[in-house]
Amino acid sequence: MKHNLGSSYAAPQALWLTVFFAAPLAIIIAYSFMKRDLYGGVLPQASLEAYRSLANPTLLVITLRTLWVSLAATVFTILIALPCGYSIARSHNQAMRLFLVIVPFWTNFLIRIYAWIAILGNEGFINDLLRALGLTTDSVQFLYNQGAVILVLVYMYLPYAILPLFSTIDKFDFNLLEAARDLGATRMQALRKVLIPNIRGGLVTAVLFTFIPIFGAYAVPLLVGGKDSYMLGNVIADQVTKTRNWPLASSIAMGVTLLTGLAAVIFAATSSRSNHHVEEDSGIGSVSATAGIPSGGQA
Amino acid sequence: MKGSDVTVSGISKSFGVFKALKDVSLEIKKGEFFSLLGPSGCGKTTLLRVIAGFEEPDTGIVGIDGRDVSGLPPDKRRCNTVFQSYALFPHLTVFENVAFPLRLRHVPNRLVRELVIQHLALVQLEAHAEKKPSMLSGGQKQRVAIARALINEPSVLLLDEPLSALDAKLRQRMLVELDSIHDKVGITFIYVTHDQQEALSVSDRIAVMDQGKVLQIGTPQQIYENPASDFVARFIGETNIFAGLVASREGGFATVQCEGLGGILVEANGEAPIGAKVSVAVRPEKIRIAAEPPGQLAELNVLRGVVEEPIYSGFQTKYIIHLPSGGAVTVFRQHANWSEGVPDLRWKDEVYLSWSARDSVVVESDAK
Repeated sequence: MKHNLGSSYAAPQALWLTVFFAAPLAIIIAYSFMKRDLYGGVLPQASLEAYRSLANPTLLVITLRTLWVSLAATVFTILIALPCGYSIARSHNQAMRLFLVIVPFWTNFLIRIYAWIAILGNEGFINDLLRALGLTTDSVQFLYNQGAVILVLVYMYLPYAILPLFSTIDKFDFNLLEAARDLGATRMQALRKVLIPNIRGGLVTAVLFTFIPIFGAYAVPLLVGGKDSYMLGNVIADQVTKTRNWPLASSIAMGVTLLTGLAAVIFAATSSRSNHHVEEDSGIGSVSATAGIPSGGQA
Repeated sequence: MKGSDVTVSGISKSFGVFKALKDVSLEIKKGEFFSLLGPSGCGKTTLLRVIAGFEEPDTGIVGIDGRDVSGLPPDKRRCNTVFQSYALFPHLTVFENVAFPLRLRHVPNRLVRELVIQHLALVQLEAHAEKKPSMLSGGQKQRVAIARALINEPSVLLLDEPLSALDAKLRQRMLVELDSIHDKVGITFIYVTHDQQEALSVSDRIAVMDQGKVLQIGTPQQIYENPASDFVARFIGETNIFAGLVASREGGFATVQCEGLGGILVEANGEAPIGAKVSVAVRPEKIRIAAEPPGQLAELNVLRGVVEEPIYSGFQTKYIIHLPSGGAVTVFRQHANWSEGVPDLRWKDEVYLSWSARDSVVVESDAK
């Protein structure tokens, strides 16, 4: 007698996603098509007003800025994570190094942002050091600009890029690099023409794991950014808590979700088209699974 | 000859406390099929990697065509490697794998096509050009690796146990094919293997290695018929080794007094002074086995024993003969004359073993 319960094993997951993902998303969709109530909340009347007010130049500027900050932070993150994942994969004490990558997760997200304020602030560690060395008399303004936002975002999301990259590079056959060198490739050519194409799956995962949450970032630009680093996440928060325009907040959130979803699909499609035989090598989870990450998670 | 000569002189290499190579020197001739043969861990692969440029030796020089290439990276040496694991690029088709070295040099597309097709034809894989390596069998992958290593027209091809992942039958076929590829391209092949049969059947010369040292260099015949030491004799084919002391010398022959066997007459050419501790090696197929004593001939060694284990394997029977002294001798008897009614020898039969003094050689004793 055999009971194959098949897809019913996914029931707990389905229940979880329904309650905590699908239902809230449905509520946001519904809110975005309603009229605002004056002091927050919505009036149960259908309206396209929230979407109409999306067409406004300030919002366009903030969207472009969010896109730029996310792209820059993602590029920097990957550039740092790639050699890092490579060195962990080739090291003899992987467990220790992976542990070090994960250590920051034990400290609260906000506390880690405040730690950066303590490092970069006017009375912070670096300025103290510069003054002590006599290099400056005044404080150097490191905080409250786009550079600080990108720096802290890169720091925050680095582990999310290192882990999938590590896990694909770890499975990579390093003999292939020797073969490439043997056949006439320089060190860089071997990495570019043999390593990168073979770890594409992990790269896609790493990019999505960083780009999507950064696109919805909220706390980082709020705490270390200035007027010029206001991002879409901050607009949504302000619409909910200050302006109390819930339908508008919902419609912007829908826009963020659509934009990141679109970016993820386009990115995954272009990188899998150029290399559709190494999908099975992708890192943590497949591309389609990662594309489903709700944007703007904790940040 | 299109190939290069390869000179290795005084190469030593350690990994931590492990000495992988101890002062190794070799002269490999242009166009030679040269094998590095030895058990795993003997340093043969390390030596190959030193020649390829993957390992920097601690001391010593590698010369290709009389030019010192020490310190040059692998991509600057005129040699290419066929890896044990094939190391085909999984993201590229067979065609692009073979074309890889040409693409690096930005060879024009038309020439790439021509050269790749020509090299795929050499290994009989034209029909599989558009497949990914994951769709090929082990033997096919091996061929792609060979074609890819040859397309740069290296002057030396390094092969690192290329057949070890293939099954026995395929290995035989690939071996013949490798030999014919060697004949066609005419370059120097340096072939690493732990399989003495492979080395014997294709090599022009063999270097037998153990524990980081070269023990003997010679043609397959020299290595098989005149092993330099116990180890070489045992490693290449099966052999019987008797330890003893040189008792007397007389006109090209020596008598070696072996415990429990008496004097064994061997051919000796100078290297065995009286009183020296030596080993005598006799190949099992050189020993005649019979139920009757052989006629009294000069230069013939005769032993008596009891058949312990006859192992029939079709073309021959292998006998383990126990000697009264407690030792054992292995004997092969070919079945060429089977139909003429050669008397069958059975378990516990008493037999006479005999071999010519010319068929036993004195080898350097490993036991000190």
